[in-house]
Amino acid sequence: MHQKIDLLIEKLLKDFNEVKTMQELNDLKVKYQGKKGVITELNSAIKDIPATEKKDYGMEVNRLRSAFNEGFENIKLRIEQELINKKLEEEKIDISLPSSKRKKGSKHPFYRVIEEVEDLFVSMGYDVVDGQELEDDEHCFRLLNYTKGHPARDAQDTFYIDSEYLLRTQTSAAQSRVMQANTKKGPIRVICPGKTYRRDDDATHSHQFGQVEGLVIDKNISLADLKGTLEIFAKKLLGEDTKVRFRPSYFPFTSPSCEVDVSCFKCGGKGCPLCKKTGWIELLGAGMVHPNVLRMGGYDPDLFTGFAFGTGLDRLAMFKYAIPDIRYLYTNDVRFLKQFDRKDEEYEIKY
Amino acid sequence: MKLSINFLKDYVDVPVDAITLGEDMTNIGNEYDSAGKLLNVEGLKIGKILECKMHPNSDHLHLCKVDVGNEILDIVCGAPNAREGIKVIVALVGAKLPGITIKKGKIRGEESFGMLCSIEELGLEHKFLKPEDVEGIAELGEDAIVGEDPIKYLEFDDEVVDFELTANRGDLLSIIGMAYEISALYDLPIKEIETDYTETDDDFSKTFNLEVETPNCSLFYAKKVENVVIKESPTWLKNRLIASGIRPINNVVDISNYIMLEVGQPLHYYDADRLGDTLKVRMANNNEKLTTLDEQERTLSSEDIVIADKEKAIGLAGVMGGLSTEVEADTKNIVIESAIFDPVKVRLTSKKILRSEASNRFEKGLDPKKTLLAIHRSCYLLEKYADATIVGGLAIYDKSNKEDRIIEMTFEKIRNVLGIDISDKDVLDILRRLRLDTTVSGNLLSVKVPTRRQDMQIKEDIIHDIGRFYGMDNIKGKKMVLPVIPGHYDKFTRSARNKMVELGLNETLSYALIPVNEVPKYTTDEFEVVKILDPMTEERNALRYSLIPSLKMIYDYNKARNEKDITLFEIGKSFYKKGGEYGEHLSIAALMTGNYMVGLEKKEVNFYVIKGVLEDLLDYLGFENRYHLEEGNVPSELHPGQSAVVMVDGQKAGIIGKIHPNITAKENIYVFELNLEMLSKLSHEGMKYKEISKFPNVVKDVAFIMDKNKKSEDIEKVIQKAGGKKLVDITVFDVYTGANIDKDKKSIAYSLTFNDYEKTLSDEEVLAIFNKIINEVTTKCDATLRDA
Repeated sequence: MHQKIDLLIEKLLKDFNEVKTMQELNDLKVKYQGKKGVITELNSAIKDIPATEKKDYGMEVNRLRSAFNEGFENIKLRIEQELINKKLEEEKIDISLPSSKRKKGSKHPFYRVIEEVEDLFVSMGYDVVDGQELEDDEHCFRLLNYTKGHPARDAQDTFYIDSEYLLRTQTSAAQSRVMQANTKKGPIRVICPGKTYRRDDDATHSHQFGQVEGLVIDKNISLADLKGTLEIFAKKLLGEDTKVRFRPSYFPFTSPSCEVDVSCFKCGGKGCPLCKKTGWIELLGAGMVHPNVLRMGGYDPDLFTGFAFGTGLDRLAMFKYAIPDIRYLYTNDVRFLKQFDRKDEEYEIKY
Repeated sequence: MKLSINFLKDYVDVPVDAITLGEDMTNIGNEYDSAGKLLNVEGLKIGKILECKMHPNSDHLHLCKVDVGNEILDIVCGAPNAREGIKVIVALVGAKLPGITIKKGKIRGEESFGMLCSIEELGLEHKFLKPEDVEGIAELGEDAIVGEDPIKYLEFDDEVVDFELTANRGDLLSIIGMAYEISALYDLPIKEIETDYTETDDDFSKTFNLEVETPNCSLFYAKKVENVVIKESPTWLKNRLIASGIRPINNVVDISNYIMLEVGQPLHYYDADRLGDTLKVRMANNNEKLTTLDEQERTLSSEDIVIADKEKAIGLAGVMGGLSTEVEADTKNIVIESAIFDPVKVRLTSKKILRSEASNRFEKGLDPKKTLLAIHRSCYLLEKYADATIVGGLAIYDKSNKEDRIIEMTFEKIRNVLGIDISDKDVLDILRRLRLDTTVSGNLLSVKVPTRRQDMQIKEDIIHDIGRFYGMDNIKGKKMVLPVIPGHYDKFTRSARNKMVELGLNETLSYALIPVNEVPKYTTDEFEVVKILDPMTEERNALRYSLIPSLKMIYDYNKARNEKDITLFEIGKSFYKKGGEYGEHLSIAALMTGNYMVGLEKKEVNFYVIKGVLEDLLDYLGFENRYHLEEGNVPSELHPGQSAVVMVDGQKAGIIGKIHPNITAKENIYVFELNLEMLSKLSHEGMKYKEISKFPNVVKDVAFIMDKNKKSEDIEKVIQKAGGKKLVDITVFDVYTGANIDKDKKSIAYSLTFNDYEKTLSDEEVLAIFNKIINEVTTKCDATLRDA
């Protein structure tokens, strides 16, 4: 019997080896375990086996059954795996084909720079004020110490609406409004970014452009405070190696006044076409708020001092994104706009 | 301001070259634009033509043998005046002239070792050239020494620094003012200049009537000189004018310009014989006529200051003289005017008539202590260079304030404003260099500011100068210590921008100035258009109200560049006048056309696509369930059947729709615009957790056939009412017109979601609600159930 079962197992393994499909495997199951299957028949023959041999006989048949069951499961797994592999093979795709992209929106570089400036100054406790683009002569000029017929008005060719109203030529106009609005005459820390207008249109000037004005009024504010603040501003916007240089200058609404240059971020100060080989780029006008301006804003210049600064947003955007011509900012070619679709570079400054 | 270094050296010995001076001056706030030699030439020598023959292969070239001292050069020259014996300017091989470097060459077979130069070729500005400077080579005088530098011989060996001065420093528009500044810069002495002359025993003031009838003239001196000889000025004087950018005319005119450059006081010379014995200063009469020096008849107004004789205006004060009393070639006797007029009046008149070197100086404010100096210096020069006899006496009108200003401050104030630790001693040293007298009493510093420094009005101006000379760049930046207060910005607008970007639109930045006829478009709001008084172009003559005209222009620009899928938005101000008041508010507008991605599906933009963008924006900004679209009063630029007014909290907040086919027949362009400022003032809800059901949703679909004009909105209201609390969502998933549906009908399919927060809904419960819904809709809405 033992020998017979050995032979049957040998035969069984041979049968399993020839199985290719699930159907053949099922046929084999019928052959061995069906109603007239080999194992079924051996099993039913047990009744004719003498009692003393029944136990051995039974063990031998079980040996065959186990061999079948084991083999069956193995082959089944093998065939299933083959089917999966075949399916995977069929499902293989060309990963280099283009993706189903969502349409990307974009934020205009002008507003990107405004948001960056806002974030920086808000983090230092400044409020952002909007100011009026349609201003009056009083706030845009007179309260800033530009008397009627002041020669410094020449630099700011103005779009007038009527004899009193105009389009603001400088965001400095917000200074006088902020001072007036502060009825408690307490300390002030604001920036005002926005659009400004001058009757001037050429390759380097647009009749509409952007400025950001900063104003701090408090007790004991000094020119050194202004410099420290602008150093942070320049480093944060243009990179941590940026240096700041003060040159004396003149504005009617500040005294002392200065022009502020930053080291050329393109050449690092070595000299290149961008900085006209000087290593420096003129970026801001600034100074200590003129006592007349403080007085007209309701502040006592003997108690309060302050600083103010202003810079061009278009230039900042042009520098930041290496845009060669100011007019690109206002042309709104979709191919230009779509480029500004990701996060900005961040400069970490250690203090 | 072009500063001639030779001129400056009359007053102060500048220790550096022009470029260094420019740099050093820039550091103290006087920015320079350019600096360098008056004539940018190198490698020139005086030569003498020893021999001059015609070139064998040319009808105009000459072959010259030129003695340049150490050698004799063969030079080919084309100038018609080249001839034996004359002394000339030779550019040697290697010489540099503006734009060219001289090389050894062969001209039509003949070798040439250099070039003979005209004055033009030395790079003298065109306005200074005389015909002979252009037509041929320069012929130098007999006294020219062969082998020496012709630039020195011609007295062109000067350097010039061109400054761009700030508006407050009128004092630097003079050599004397510059000398003060530069002497302070390098701590140098200032030299005295001569003003001595002899005059007759007459008293001019007795025979001349000077009448000033306006407060706009504070100081006026008139003096007479006689028997002037009008001729060419000496070379040094002409060249100083040239270096300063002024064209020499004749000795008399040149002297008046020279004084203006030197002293900063513009002068006017009248032909005394044509002037008569009276000079008045008054305001012009309205419509008074005056023919000015340039032979143009000007119509004046009562805002213009004029100089007049007994009857009529003869000059525009500070701006331009009149033709009738002009100094001409035959003028013998002169009345000199040296005066101070109101800067603002001169400025306004000169803006109308002519901006000149003189008006520029009047505008910036003059030093009343220089007015008489200018007369004396003028007499000195006229006596010396125009053989003038100076008549004794002086006509004077003087209401000027010549007192020095005393300004007091503490040393502490100086240190506090600049934020530096400068010692009292260093402050005093800077003021000494600036030649400002000081007295110190305790901590109090008193500074006497002379009238020449009109820019120094208050202590801060003096502190500015202390900063300038301390070196503004030597100030160390400080990190301010201020109270910790959070800053604020307009988060609402920024959220709107971020949402639009997230929705895939491209932000634009366009001009607020647009053509006036475009302003009333795309809005039904009532307002007056804000126009520009003096526009640059008709394309930009008014302030926009709606942003849509700008977006439409941007669309046109991009369409012309074959862009098809255009989705834009802009945030900007809307300007208007209402009830006589000007105003502005922030708006947001969008324009969409072509394909747009809805989820991951490419979809051609239609009304519902842009409506989706609008709703996404409003939901994000916190207005969910508080807005709806209303038909009715929409701008005529929109398709009447595909547009609506956007209502938020029952108020009109904007418009949405398709651009009218009359405007864009072929393209389907959709727009919306919202008053962002109004929205930002409404309450906007943030997010709060809402309870979610623990039990599964049951979804059932249903479709109704209804009249084409029926609004889905109305059906949805009935469905919601019938469905009650257990109906938690209604979504339209299909709208169908066409086969199997009557022509004037449409089918809308809804997906209804049911849920009960207490238990799992049974099929029977859902079916009961579902049937109630069908029943209500079919009976109340004139709709029928569409069979599945």
